[in-house]
Amino acid sequence: MAAPRELKITPIKNGTVIDHIGNGLSLEVLRIIGVNELDKDSTVSVALHVRSQKMGWKDIVKVENMELSPRKVNAIALIAPTATISIIRDYKVREKRTVDLPEHIVGVARCPNPNCITNRGEPVESEFEVARRRPVVLRCIYCERQMDDFLEHLI
Amino acid sequence: MSLKGRDLISIRDLSREEIEEVLKVAHRMIPIAEGSKIDRRLDGTLLALAFLEPSTRTRLSFETAAQRLGARCITIADPTTSSVVKGETLSDTIRMLSNYADAIVLRHPNEGAARLAAQTSDKPVINAGDGAGQHPTQTLLDLATIQEAHGTLNGLRVVLLGDLRYGRTVHSLAHALALFGAEIVLISPPTLKLPDEVTEHLDQMGAKVREEDQLHRAVRDADVLYVTRIQKERFGDETEYAKVAGSYRIDNAVLAGAKQRLIVMHPLPRLGEIAPEVDGSPHAAYFRQAFLGVPVRMALLSMILGAKGS
Ligand SMILES: Nc1ncnc2c1ncn2[C@@H]1O[C@H](COP(=O)(O)OP(=O)(O)OP(=O)(O)O)[C@@H](O)[C@H]1O
Ligand SMILES: [Mg+2]
Ligand SMILES: [Zn+2]
Repeated sequence: MAAPRELKITPIKNGTVIDHIGNGLSLEVLRIIGVNELDKDSTVSVALHVRSQKMGWKDIVKVENMELSPRKVNAIALIAPTATISIIRDYKVREKRTVDLPEHIVGVARCPNPNCITNRGEPVESEFEVARRRPVVLRCIYCERQMDDFLEHLI
Repeated sequence: MSLKGRDLISIRDLSREEIEEVLKVAHRMIPIAEGSKIDRRLDGTLLALAFLEPSTRTRLSFETAAQRLGARCITIADPTTSSVVKGETLSDTIRMLSNYADAIVLRHPNEGAARLAAQTSDKPVINAGDGAGQHPTQTLLDLATIQEAHGTLNGLRVVLLGDLRYGRTVHSLAHALALFGAEIVLISPPTLKLPDEVTEHLDQMGAKVREEDQLHRAVRDADVLYVTRIQKERFGDETEYAKVAGSYRIDNAVLAGAKQRLIVMHPLPRLGEIAPEVDGSPHAAYFRQAFLGVPVRMALLSMILGAKGS
């Protein structure tokens, strides 16, 4: 008999489920979501190291009463490109999509080049274009420096 | 195809055809740059030279180019003494200048500054060097020098020598050479090799690139020997620097086995990479190269400002 799946977490009425997060990356996803900004009555559940048919092991994050801004979805796409995002309304999955990286990523990560003009107090947001997709490499549109270690540079 | 009203931030902003057009116009500017012909086609235009990092050579070259064509300049030569820019953001400085002048030439210590300036300004911005980033007018004058000496850029064998890692001029030049189908030969100390990023880019362009470790062998069948500065700061200790610098030094003995048509280039100022005895040899092209910066910048200003006759 198949074991009941993912019942370790209480169902939520309204909110967002981020599933298929790469093993161990859920804490970064929480940082992107910005748990401090949440409604004080919202529950956040995190499942670490969950067995997954597709991925071996994965993490899951479920947040009540919140939908993600496009900018946050982009940030998640960078560090957890396999993630799926499900919108739950009235206990049901209303919408489900995979995260995908747009051609231009604005304001999500800082340029790794300390001498880049975007790191010098100018009134400008960082902006990258996708230099390569698999694995993802971004290129700063200002200084042209490439970056693949997004975790360290998320804003 | 027209450069009128456009920015020039990186050499990659220009297609091969556009570069050829700039070189053609630059060639016609030579008598005007030499003062043997008068042409005031930019009479009535005002150019802002914002050198937010001092660079006397490049600034004088742009000023000369502008004034030979009758344009006037407003200049920030040194940001540390200019009350206009002390503590001000680049964005504010550029906004102000773009209200005054018809185009802005920008030199800045930070990479990406020119791209930001171009976004801020509604007048064309020409990048005169941003930190370790781009310096497209240098690349264009390098190409003009090769073209003048060899009559073509296609099919030449060009040796890039020295600091290929940090030398921005070399990265842009390599891109342009690849665009024109030149063969590129790289020779550098192991710690100063061309960055992977640049090598990958050249591969994607289908460039003919190879490495060489023997200076004599590289020089023997080269058409162009492009020498870059090797800076002391790149080495842990003095003796290592001295050893490397010594083994890449160009003198008449190194050039003895070269083709007659070989030209030796250097972005100047040099630190000792080329012995003074080479100055008198027919191979020396670096002073000509510095001069050609003027007609090349004349051509760009004329084309970007949309002067008649360009
Ligand atoms: N009411 C709910 N409360 C909390 N989590 C929910 C709720 N409904 C669904 N989920 C979770 O949302 C995600 C998407 O739900 P779905 O029913 O589509 O899962 P699935 O069939 O496992 O699909 P997938 O192929 O994405 O794994 C799953 O991680 C599921 O556990
Ligand atoms: Mg599932
Ligand atoms: Zn940058």
